[in-house]
Amino acid sequence: MSEAHAEDIKKHVRTYIMVFVALLALTVVTVAISTLHLSTFAAVTVALIIAVIKGSLVASYFMHLISEKKLIYAVLVLTVVFFVGLMFLPVGAFSDKITMP
Amino acid sequence: MQIPYTVELRSDTGLFNAKLGVWLFLASEVMLFGALFSSYVLLRVGAEHWPHGWEELNIPLATLNTVVLISSSVTMVMSWASLKLNNFKKYKMYMGLTILCALIFLVVKAFEYGHKFEIGHLPGTSTFLAIYFTLTGLHGLHVIGGIILNGYLWGPGSKMWQSAPDRFTNRVEVAGLYWHFVDLVWIFLFPVLYLL
Repeated sequence: MSEAHAEDIKKHVRTYIMVFVALLALTVVTVAISTLHLSTFAAVTVALIIAVIKGSLVASYFMHLISEKKLIYAVLVLTVVFFVGLMFLPVGAFSDKITMP
Repeated sequence: MQIPYTVELRSDTGLFNAKLGVWLFLASEVMLFGALFSSYVLLRVGAEHWPHGWEELNIPLATLNTVVLISSSVTMVMSWASLKLNNFKKYKMYMGLTILCALIFLVVKAFEYGHKFEIGHLPGTSTFLAIYFTLTGLHGLHVIGGIILNGYLWGPGSKMWQSAPDRFTNRVEVAGLYWHFVDLVWIFLFPVLYLL
């Protein structure tokens, strides 16, 4: 294994440790905020923003998405489109007045 | 017959085959959990009463489990980095720690489930508990799957390091993709079920 390559990996390792600390800190923050018992809308918004940040950190650094091939991004874009579609299904269900008694 | 593109990259995808395969699998997993998250939204918005997570569930235990699972993600990626640095001993240690964290997660989860059952809080008790047990149960099955997979790569499967080190390193990398996904699902399950 070449020297430059090993140096690269060591740099990665330092990043992993920083991401780890960030994930722990964000976990503490989200639990602390939940004890404030905010209104449902505010609580959901804050909790989801923190979860998205944590999820992005895991996907970007641990799953190496920050430097991945185009095809993987293409697969994920398609996945996100369908995922968003799934999340909007309940909206469709509730706007369907025919099923309301 | 030899399996093609276990190490060398395919010229059209720029990837070794297992990586694309696992990402496609994870895409299907997103839809599986997505369908259940979507059901959760439908059930919650449609319910006349929905308990706050902290009234029903044990937040300190779940927070502990969050830390345990995040730690296991770090040790998983460190086990791969150790192989990249040609350090098999460290790989064994980090992979062992990953499996240990996964087992701790399951033990803590078992305590949580056990307590629920003791006080008669079963999946049929309320809609909240139904979706709670479905989501955490499915996630728990994924943790068990990860333990089996990582256990193989830690034990008998690690012989491949002698015969085909690059191929083995790639195996650990894609096993890591799966394991980080399991962590990722928990990162969303935890606030949705426990904190809201």
